[in-house]
Amino acid sequence: MTDFLQTPLFGIVLTIGAFALAQWLYQRTRMVFLNPVLVAIVAVILLLSAADIPYSSYAHGGDIILFLLGPSVVALAVPLYQRRQDIARRKNVILIGIFFGALASIVSACGIGWLLGGSPDVVLALSPKSVTTPIAISIIENLGGVVPLTAATVVLTGCLGGVCGPEFCRLIGVRSPVAVGLAVGTAAHGIGTARMMEIDRLSGAVAGLAIGLNGLFTTFLLPLLMLFFRG
Amino acid sequence: MIRGMAILLTFQAGGKLISSALGLPFPGSVIGMVLLLVALRFEWIRLDWIEQAAELLLSHLALFFVPAGVGVMVYTDVLANEWLPILAATVVSTFVVMAVTGKLADRLEKKTAADD
Repeated sequence: MTDFLQTPLFGIVLTIGAFALAQWLYQRTRMVFLNPVLVAIVAVILLLSAADIPYSSYAHGGDIILFLLGPSVVALAVPLYQRRQDIARRKNVILIGIFFGALASIVSACGIGWLLGGSPDVVLALSPKSVTTPIAISIIENLGGVVPLTAATVVLTGCLGGVCGPEFCRLIGVRSPVAVGLAVGTAAHGIGTARMMEIDRLSGAVAGLAIGLNGLFTTFLLPLLMLFFRG
Repeated sequence: MIRGMAILLTFQAGGKLISSALGLPFPGSVIGMVLLLVALRFEWIRLDWIEQAAELLLSHLALFFVPAGVGVMVYTDVLANEWLPILAATVVSTFVVMAVTGKLADRLEKKTAADD
């Protein structure tokens, strides 16, 4: 048994099994908060904690699945290329929407964190919360912040936006596939994009574009804003 | 399928090499995506070479995030210390961003359509 826990097979079986069950549950119930990603994450964490299995055992297999995110991000070029005319026609909408989303994310996350008495480490770790994990980590490393804290805020944000992003957009009257894709992709990076991909390919494509552009804007905005507030 | 996977991974590796060589704060995959877009645009790479592999990966995108989420369990101590500012800022700010970007894009799109 201990041998099995140390093989990649353990983490892979657990992840795919939990996700398959979570997807089945979601299809049966169609309840928004039973988002398969969220349910699978919670189920795996609960199981590991209950069985007292360390995260490092899970990671042997989990990291292999996580690795596939890399080529998937590269693959986002395909829907972007296929929808290039739709995107080129709306380039101003896309650039302006993502830029102000990136700005709103930094200001609101840091502002609320600071108002509620967060320590400087927490406030800084909140700043790239809407940026995709790998870019957020590079940004925070460069600024001398706490990486694990950043990773946690990024993943929480992604789950939240992925779970209720499209529904929230409908609620506030945002309906066009481009606007919804931009909103969810800018706010909730890859997890939001995964959700949009399931709903509509154009939304998914612009959400994918938002991952890259939000990362780019935040990388440049954050050091500038820090100068402004500290100076 | 294998050809497509090989192309995607090669672009990711190329992106990674560029990112490390130039010390850019961008992950190899994002640079690889931009390079692939350029390669498709200039028809150095044909869409049908990679379409199947890309489709396979993108239709399972959600699954690949599960291990990233499970990773949060390692940081429960850090999170427990300051859970209120972290949780409140994350939740409120996520909705603020969606409202700002969504409303702005929706309005701009309608304006663009009206101008045409």
